[in-house]
Amino acid sequence: MSTAQAVSHFAISCEVNGTTVDRVVAVRQLLADFIREDLGLTGTHLGCEHGVCGACTVVLDGEAVRSCLALAVQADGRSITTIEGLSGDGLTSMQQAFRRAHALQCGFCTPGFIATLSVADPSDYHDEAGVRQLISGNLCRCTGYENIVAAVCEEWGIERS
Amino acid sequence: MKPPLFLYLRPDSLEEALAAMHEHGDEARPLAGGQSLVPMLNFRLARPEVLVDLSRVEELVGTSCPGPSAISFGAMTPQRAAERLEKVRSTCPLVSMMLPFVGHVQNRARGTIGGSIAHADPAAELPALCLALGGTVVARNAEGERRLRADGFFGGPFTTALMPDELLTSVELPGVRREDVAFAEIARRQGDFAMAGVVAVRETAQTAVRLVAFGVGGTPVRLPRAEKILEGQELTPACIAEAASAAAGEVDPIEDLHADGRTRRALVDALVRRVLGELGSEGAR
Ligand code: FES
Ligand code: FES
Repeated sequence: MSTAQAVSHFAISCEVNGTTVDRVVAVRQLLADFIREDLGLTGTHLGCEHGVCGACTVVLDGEAVRSCLALAVQADGRSITTIEGLSGDGLTSMQQAFRRAHALQCGFCTPGFIATLSVADPSDYHDEAGVRQLISGNLCRCTGYENIVAAVCEEWGIERS
Repeated sequence: MKPPLFLYLRPDSLEEALAAMHEHGDEARPLAGGQSLVPMLNFRLARPEVLVDLSRVEELVGTSCPGPSAISFGAMTPQRAAERLEKVRSTCPLVSMMLPFVGHVQNRARGTIGGSIAHADPAAELPALCLALGGTVVARNAEGERRLRADGFFGGPFTTALMPDELLTSVELPGVRREDVAFAEIARRQGDFAMAGVVAVRETAQTAVRLVAFGVGGTPVRLPRAEKILEGQELTPACIAEAASAAAGEVDPIEDLHADGRTRRALVDALVRRVLGELGSEGAR
């Protein structure tokens, strides 16, 4: 049995915000760095680079994932949506709810929250505790979460406890 | 905070993956969901020469029922996918109870069942679950397959009985009814690793309870002294209290910035009371 050659670079083809992207990437490059540096999509933020803060959350094949814990090469054949693709030209209704509720101060964490929320099914969440559990993978150093929870509850029609 | 240099292989089949592990052995690390390995690469705590990405090995994804009351998870089955399956909830409810405590939803979307067990973090839920249920880990290398019992699989922190060229291919768990299982853990925040956790599984045939603590030592541990106290007994408050203090006495807790040894012993005591209390009230129904 012949084994394939281990490589340091890899040609990938993926869909990013609806556009096909073909690039050669270093296999050690993180997906987050590919998105920011190679594609110039700097709305995806890097807080911790080890999977704790959620600032780097993007949507990969329909799931919210941490882009600092995936390799760019693993995006080959997959579809990615970043905050730029989520909001398009205007703000999504969740982003508008964030604005109304003052759910951001510096805004560094916000793209990650919006990415996480964008793929969540509101019908899975019936109370504030559920919302808090959902967003527990996204850290915010400014707001104390109160207004983020308020924004999500308002948007999804959940009565706050 | 970027991964060091390594070479990369992306096998499309289990056969190719095993060949890669055979060829690179010690120098290679299999990459499952990356939720533990990639942080270790970013911190440069892991410096494999070759990374074998298993994400395209379709044979390793999926769940099946090898018997009427058992469930088998392909190693690369994403935790989030398993969490959503009704088949898992009905066959082995303990899995559905514990999975939501594995990291956050974004981690579980990529993190895999087999990856977490092979990584063997002493504070992780899935190794403890596997031990408490008396599961079987199936491992393969280019030569063949081994079936390993969960008792004895976890050798130390991040250390298992897997050989360098072996891949964990699936995990088989006996289905135990909802009323015969209980689980509780205490973590600083939702999604953090537990400072301590306890799993209890009633072995109906033998009126015995398997008790496992995690987050307190180098591996998830059975609590034999507490189990002995429970053997053949009704779960009365007095019996539960005796078992809980035996459990707290028999663990050898690690100390870290989250909790010192005394705190962890106290947590084990409280958690054993909690899970046995739950088992007791379920049993009485
Ligand atoms: S930068 Fe990815 S989780 Fe913090
Ligand atoms: S608004 Fe500043 S970190 Fe969340």
